[in-house]
Amino acid sequence: MAQAYEIDEKKTPTSKTITLRIARFNPEHDSDTTFMDFSVNVEKWTTVLEAILDVKQHFDHSVAVRYSCRQATCGSCGMVINGKPRLACFTKVSELNSDTVTVEPMHNFPIIRDLAVRFDRLFNTHHKVKPYLIRDDSEITSNTTKELLQSPEELEQFIQFSNCIKCGLCNSACPTMATDSSFVGPQALAQAYRYVADSRDKGKDTRLKIIDESHGIWRCHFAGSCSQVCPKGVDPAMGIQFLRGYMLGFRS
Amino acid sequence: MNPHDEHKEGIGGMANPRRYGIERVAYWLMRLTGLGLLGYFIAHIYETSNILRGRVGWEEFLDLTQTTEGHIFMTLVIGMCVFHTVNGIRIMLGHGGIGVGKPARPDYPYIPASQNSRHKIGIYSAIVLAAIAMMYGMAVMFGE
Repeated sequence: MAQAYEIDEKKTPTSKTITLRIARFNPEHDSDTTFMDFSVNVEKWTTVLEAILDVKQHFDHSVAVRYSCRQATCGSCGMVINGKPRLACFTKVSELNSDTVTVEPMHNFPIIRDLAVRFDRLFNTHHKVKPYLIRDDSEITSNTTKELLQSPEELEQFIQFSNCIKCGLCNSACPTMATDSSFVGPQALAQAYRYVADSRDKGKDTRLKIIDESHGIWRCHFAGSCSQVCPKGVDPAMGIQFLRGYMLGFRS
Repeated sequence: MNPHDEHKEGIGGMANPRRYGIERVAYWLMRLTGLGLLGYFIAHIYETSNILRGRVGWEEFLDLTQTTEGHIFMTLVIGMCVFHTVNGIRIMLGHGGIGVGKPARPDYPYIPASQNSRHKIGIYSAIVLAAIAMMYGMAVMFGE
């Protein structure tokens, strides 16, 4: 059941009133998600996060939302906005071209409350692929002054994938994750590629073995939705196909 | 278990082809045609097993494919087969890391290189070729 809230706030000549529909769910006492409607005044530059914070300030401070940097760097405010996973701080209301903006928690993540979701699984799978340089020797730990040189061309091979902010939008958009809770996910697979492609790393075989499992890389069917929603241009789909290229012998 | 424990989008979300462009449509069609062809394969085994009923039984069953419904069914099979094959070749190449672009520093607005025009052309080609094959099949079957 949707509830509507509105206050008579002074509008500026350039502002526009939209309906912000916020999904409300508290696992402690709710059996299902309900939506609450709020009339919010927005400007051309107002982001969805600012609109949500406006609701918290003027209508209902109990709306649960995770956010921090407000500049698409921390990856905290991922949510489903008008049906697609996006960062709330990186999405302007005006670019949605709709008078109604619906915000829901990200799919494929357990809900803590309202728009806040648990990231345990994402961090576990991220950790599983060993997201750090693996070396045969002890160069990194015993002699910290030693440089591991790298050419600009070698850097280009993985720099794109190191932009990942662990926001989880890719996992939320992934059609495999929609039905398979055990799938390692595009975020972790992209990070596996990030280190496999790093010329300083020696852990390629270890990582390929980790992702070569029944709920691993083979569950990806190259739908590409992960890459389409990535707010940092990481392109996980590309990394996953390159990883598979290594495993199938197309790449060395 | 409370469905919100996992909050998975489920089959409805997986099969929804509307939100993520032509690539997601191709993903959905690939799954659909794969299931359709699996169904046809099972039906085909059943159909050919009718030969055990002798020549009369075999021809009786074969007559089913000569009806209007049979022709429509076969037209769909042709379409599924052509789309699944052509799109399958595109996906197999992609799975080998071929034609998915090169890693590079991304520039805003971050258009993913893996969703490039080669793949889009591959998807549209699969759809167009499937449509042409279906039309040809219909012309042959209904033109008798």
